[in-house]
Amino acid sequence: MPEQPDFYTTTGNKSGLWSWIFSTDHKRIGVLYLFSLLVFFSIGAAFGLLMRLELIAPGKTIVEAATYNAFFTLHGVIMIFLFIIPGIPVSLGNFFLPLQIGAGDLAFPRINLLSWWLYMAGGLMALMSLFLGSGPPDTGWTFYAPYSIRTGTNVTMAVSAAFVLGFSSILTGLNFVTTIHRMRAPGMTWFRMPLFVWSLYATAWVQILATPILGITLLLVVTERLFGVGFFDPAKGGDPILYQHLFWIYSHPAVYIMVLPAMGVITEIIPVFSRRTIFGYKAIAFSSMAIASVGYFVWGHHMFTSGMSDTSRAVFSFLTFIVAIPSGVKVFNWVASLYKGSIRVDAPLLFSLSFIFLFSLGGLTGLIMGSLATNVHIHGTHFIVAHFHYVMFGGAGFAFIAGLHYWFPKMTGRMYSERRAKTGWAFLFTGFQLLYFPLFILGWQGMPRRYYDYLPDFHPLNAASTVGSWILAAGLIIIFFNLLRSIRNGGQAGPNPWGGTTLEWRTSSPPPAENFEVAPVVTEGPYAYHHKKDRIL
Amino acid sequence: MNFQSSTQAVDSVFIFIVAISVALLTGIVATMVYFVVRYSRERNPDPENIEGNLLLEIVWVVIPLIIVLAMFFYGWRGFRFMRTAPANALLVKAYASMWRWDFEYDNGRKTDRLIVPSGRPVKLVITSRDVLHSLFIPAFRVKEDAVPGMLTHLWFLPDGTGDYDLFCSEYCGTGHSEMITKVQVMTAEDFRKWRLEAPHEKTGEDVDGVPALLRKKGCLACHSIDGTRKIGPTFKGLFMSRVIVVTGGKEHEVTANEQYLRRSVMEPEADIVKGFPPVMPREKDNLTEEELSSIVGFIKGLRE
Ligand code: HEM
Ligand SMILES: [Cu+2]
Repeated sequence: MPEQPDFYTTTGNKSGLWSWIFSTDHKRIGVLYLFSLLVFFSIGAAFGLLMRLELIAPGKTIVEAATYNAFFTLHGVIMIFLFIIPGIPVSLGNFFLPLQIGAGDLAFPRINLLSWWLYMAGGLMALMSLFLGSGPPDTGWTFYAPYSIRTGTNVTMAVSAAFVLGFSSILTGLNFVTTIHRMRAPGMTWFRMPLFVWSLYATAWVQILATPILGITLLLVVTERLFGVGFFDPAKGGDPILYQHLFWIYSHPAVYIMVLPAMGVITEIIPVFSRRTIFGYKAIAFSSMAIASVGYFVWGHHMFTSGMSDTSRAVFSFLTFIVAIPSGVKVFNWVASLYKGSIRVDAPLLFSLSFIFLFSLGGLTGLIMGSLATNVHIHGTHFIVAHFHYVMFGGAGFAFIAGLHYWFPKMTGRMYSERRAKTGWAFLFTGFQLLYFPLFILGWQGMPRRYYDYLPDFHPLNAASTVGSWILAAGLIIIFFNLLRSIRNGGQAGPNPWGGTTLEWRTSSPPPAENFEVAPVVTEGPYAYHHKKDRIL
Repeated sequence: MNFQSSTQAVDSVFIFIVAISVALLTGIVATMVYFVVRYSRERNPDPENIEGNLLLEIVWVVIPLIIVLAMFFYGWRGFRFMRTAPANALLVKAYASMWRWDFEYDNGRKTDRLIVPSGRPVKLVITSRDVLHSLFIPAFRVKEDAVPGMLTHLWFLPDGTGDYDLFCSEYCGTGHSEMITKVQVMTAEDFRKWRLEAPHEKTGEDVDGVPALLRKKGCLACHSIDGTRKIGPTFKGLFMSRVIVVTGGKEHEVTANEQYLRRSVMEPEADIVKGFPPVMPREKDNLTEEELSSIVGFIKGLRE
């Protein structure tokens, strides 16, 4: 391969930090996002660990109730709006979407940069809400009215932060949809696109269509707080259930913004490490679109005990069960894609297999919540806390880590230590189970969520969970230490260390600024292993 | 599907779903692990490309679809049972407020724990006096939100005497995790006696000189009148004392005169007393002018 300067050395007319924060190269923006995400994730995780520490025993351990409430609000806001919603699309998606479809950049490189600036502005506002005004917000990340209207804390700032972040998300969605429609390499038909691209496509539509509703809802909250207009507070003639509808009309589809790209990453990794094509390409592609479309109509399952009419509850429960099917289809196709492969369990596949397990467990416990009778009992308890950590952290989070390991050699040109990656995995996986599984039991026994204090009966399992959080933290430190260290110290990776077949592996590692010297011509599907045996390492 | 009680309805649906889920999860994980071992690169150096199989795709759409529809149906039947209170149910009104529960019986009797007879269905009609709360009794597997300006309901069948926990399970502010009380299940005989013994419980009237208003509006959840420090400052000796407050991030000292007291009740976020969290709800829409005057008057009287 002819050696061109990679995109790290091509700084344009800017230098140092400026060559990053004003760059319009999708790869630089991807890396920029990656580090921003890592910073926010660390802050969010720190809040999580502090909460677990507080819950190690009943009564006060380290902080007062009001502080605990601010912790879970900030933890939720950061993890949802600053980490897992932007997450994979803005980092791995930004970097690899153009590469995978053989394009030189996204359709709108400057809008891409603007998204990052909005993201940072929103992030800083969220953090500032901790220190400015009359105290950190204490509503939970859901900002339920009328509490969010009445509390004296700095909710206005936190809500505005989420509003700004929404714009960042919408712009990324627009950019991705346009890019996928207009910039595919010659010969790359829709069904020759890598499935990661399909998942980003489905996600982008959800970002565009659902996010504005959140924006409007949050604006209404701010209007009500500042000007006393009664939208949601019954004391002013408003309706608190209306707030919940509006909030979940966005926030349920947002769950798919988190998990669809994660599924896309898993779908990329499995064929590469089993050296065979994916099983059921179209089924996987269509199931992404099915999830993205049916996903709009199930928001009411967050409201089964809200006071909404019993008929609506039944309809939402029914639709919720239907939307479980496409996710199941994906799981079955992933497992089938291992059949008669030639499998090597390197770190990316190890994290992907863990994803399948954790996501299935999270998804199956979702059925318990989707069913009306059982939902009544577990709604608002730690069962929910366990469920969404399994899906969002065990699912989306593990897929993110899998993707980071998979594409690390492409992004940096270096290889990390496989042994360290696996040690980190062992800690993370063990810690994860110990941290979150007890919460299912606690929830079933009746411990509500967002509880600063709890009855002594709940003590042993809470203590176990806290110990789990320490093991998990050790895992995270090992994993990120390994990756960060290898950016400089890792061995040379070469252009295609895994023997991948998608287009990004045809560029050098790291890729040159313009990605491809000449646009690649595509003649077959993305996972064409059948005649590539000779290329296999 | 014959359900006897909400506990039994929820548990049977739960066991049904969990049994199927455990089977599915075991199947998925076992197959996955088997493939990874059986088709490892050492054992199987030559992979085979299998692009898909339409029949299999149909199978794993249709079978799961049937399974989830069964789950939906069972859950919905259980739910319908749980939503339809028998005609002979004992009706009790439940009022949630930050951060306490109040129950009111048909003869006007009021309590702060839920007292019910064993063996007779109980129907709760629930509402809130301020923000959202949720009435949750784990032992009976029932829960329903308390929504201001709206009546919601649930019912359950207490069987066997004893005390059961009742939690608030919709986040409602600083005292959320303390918004706990008990369901006390008595024998039918004891309950009958209890019901007749005192038609009016203390909470309806002034007790030991404390206006009922303070309890009713929930002030006492956070403020004491005897000098104890709770979530908010005590009322004792507050009037005309020197208070250090934080206004817009800046500290300064004020005298707690009548005007200050009034404003602190109506717009508590304006000045925050140093060392206390800014969590007090605005009472602006919650108190009438007379109520405010009577509360401020009472606080004045607590001057040492
Ligand atoms: C270091 C790892 C983490 C720990 C120790 C942790 C721990 C916790 C704890 C203790 C709670 C509060 C439970 C309660 O009182 O209700 C919580 C809530 C939450 N967590 Fe995490 N968590 C971690 C990672 C994550 C990740 C990766 C995500 C998302 C991607 C996440 C999303 C959330 C959300 C949305 C809430 C709900 C906040 C609310 O109730 O408003 N967490 N977490
Ligand atoms: Cu409450």
